[in-house]
Amino acid sequence: MNAASPLPKAAGLTGAPVLIDMKDVSKRFANGTVALRGMSLQIRNGEFVSFLGPSGCGKSTALKMISGLLSFSSGSITVNGHPAGESPHGSDIGYVFQEATLMPWATVFENVFLPLKLQGLGKGEAKARVEEALSMVGLANFARSYPRELSGGMKMRASIARAMVTKPKLLLMDEPFAALDEMTRSKLNDEVLGLWRSHGLTVIFVTHSVFESVYLSSRVVVMAARPGRVVHDIALPGADTRTSAYRMTSEYTDNCRLVSNALEGTMDHVDLNH
Amino acid sequence: MSISTIDPAVAESEILDPRILLERRERRLRVIMPIVSILAVLGLWEFLVWYNEVPHYLIPAPSLIAKTLVQDWSSLMQSAAFTVKLTLLSLGLAIIGGVLLGMLFALSRTVEMCLFPFAVILQVTPIIAIAPLILIYVSNTFFALLICAWIVAFFPILSNTAIGLRSADHNLRDMFRLYQATPWQRLRHLLIPSALPYFMAALKIAGGLSLIGAVVAEFVAGTAGQNTGLASRILESSFRNEIPRMFAALFLVSVLGVGIFLVTSWLSHLVLGHWHESEIKRET
Repeated sequence: MNAASPLPKAAGLTGAPVLIDMKDVSKRFANGTVALRGMSLQIRNGEFVSFLGPSGCGKSTALKMISGLLSFSSGSITVNGHPAGESPHGSDIGYVFQEATLMPWATVFENVFLPLKLQGLGKGEAKARVEEALSMVGLANFARSYPRELSGGMKMRASIARAMVTKPKLLLMDEPFAALDEMTRSKLNDEVLGLWRSHGLTVIFVTHSVFESVYLSSRVVVMAARPGRVVHDIALPGADTRTSAYRMTSEYTDNCRLVSNALEGTMDHVDLNH
Repeated sequence: MSISTIDPAVAESEILDPRILLERRERRLRVIMPIVSILAVLGLWEFLVWYNEVPHYLIPAPSLIAKTLVQDWSSLMQSAAFTVKLTLLSLGLAIIGGVLLGMLFALSRTVEMCLFPFAVILQVTPIIAIAPLILIYVSNTFFALLICAWIVAFFPILSNTAIGLRSADHNLRDMFRLYQATPWQRLRHLLIPSALPYFMAALKIAGGLSLIGAVVAEFVAGTAGQNTGLASRILESSFRNEIPRMFAALFLVSVLGVGIFLVTSWLSHLVLGHWHESEIKRET
């Protein structure tokens, strides 16, 4: 790594209880690819953690394993004291996919209602909660629209409302805004920060954007590819009080440089002039 | 100086008019154009037959076919009713069988691997070649015909249902797993809606095929008598050299086919119209 200021070691929120505990987790796919090697990480209640890295560094793989959607080859993961994927009620976790992943045959209301419906709630009982989730993301007037009638950003909002409707403790987001335009993206970034603060969430946010990770997180986990692994764990204090003015401060640019340098050290060197 | 006043009602209608008018015109054209073109072809046919003095036992004029249709109305209607019964029953059974087996295929790869070859063999062997055997083995002619028509209509439903049930978006599948959906919830709220576009496409095909199956099977059976379908009328007229009657029966077969097509298309629009790409009209 080229000489930069020494990286601050992530201390996390030392007082808060550990929510996620990953110990030496590896994932090897059937074709022999090592997607992740020896990942150990503790995430405490109330943290906003970004997994940052190039394609193939295993950041999405790690997220899927925490949610229980993907098995791992060795190591252990516990979420809130339970092995990953074996939480007594799946509703503790909200998951936002890279695409909005809405059911095209159902209205926005029905899409957001789905997690509650799967828990056995009737439409009447759930109505207030669905409406609350919809107004949380500014879609109160679009309950009756179909996904195809919405813009990309609105679809993503519906997707976030669906993840929030069960009032989860943990929100997992897998490159949620990668396909959106810059303006929509920064607006949604602010909204996610707002949700994180107002709901006491713990968020894990997978991204390949340095700026996004620095703007959002209280902690950036920098990962490298081939094999996927964690190379840096950087604490960025003060996330809970940032405003959009943060983007204009020298602290922000310093942090961006810091994280950027950390990320650069992980990249394969490619000589384009050769 | 002149003062021009704008009547708000006129102004508004002028703003609204072009789009609505265009839409109305489009809708009218969609009904009128097919009718006009069919009438034109019939007129040309009538004229050519009259002008060239083509004998009616070669090509009858449309007017003669219409007359025959009216004269033989009751016997033709009886036959049509028989064909309709055969077609709808075979289509119904094809839907039930195809959907059930398709679900089984989607649930278990093993079952699919074991049974799929038989389905393919049944499908690729021309029904006209299997029909004589079925007619030998099954003593009740109606059942034999029903089996023939069913075989033809069954396959598209089976294969599309199986593919459709597997085509659910993988992220949505993950989401259902995340929220610990029961197998029934997954089927009801994810797999079936995802399979619907595939199923509706199959239904449109199977509807036409069941009619073809019913007619072909009856041709092979070559049955005569009271309780027979339109294919028998066509055969019978051919033996007796009653070409106008043959055309009249043929006309009814086409009408049936068009009717089935219209109903299945309407159903498809009803089920998918509000969300699926294939049924959504876009402004250009």
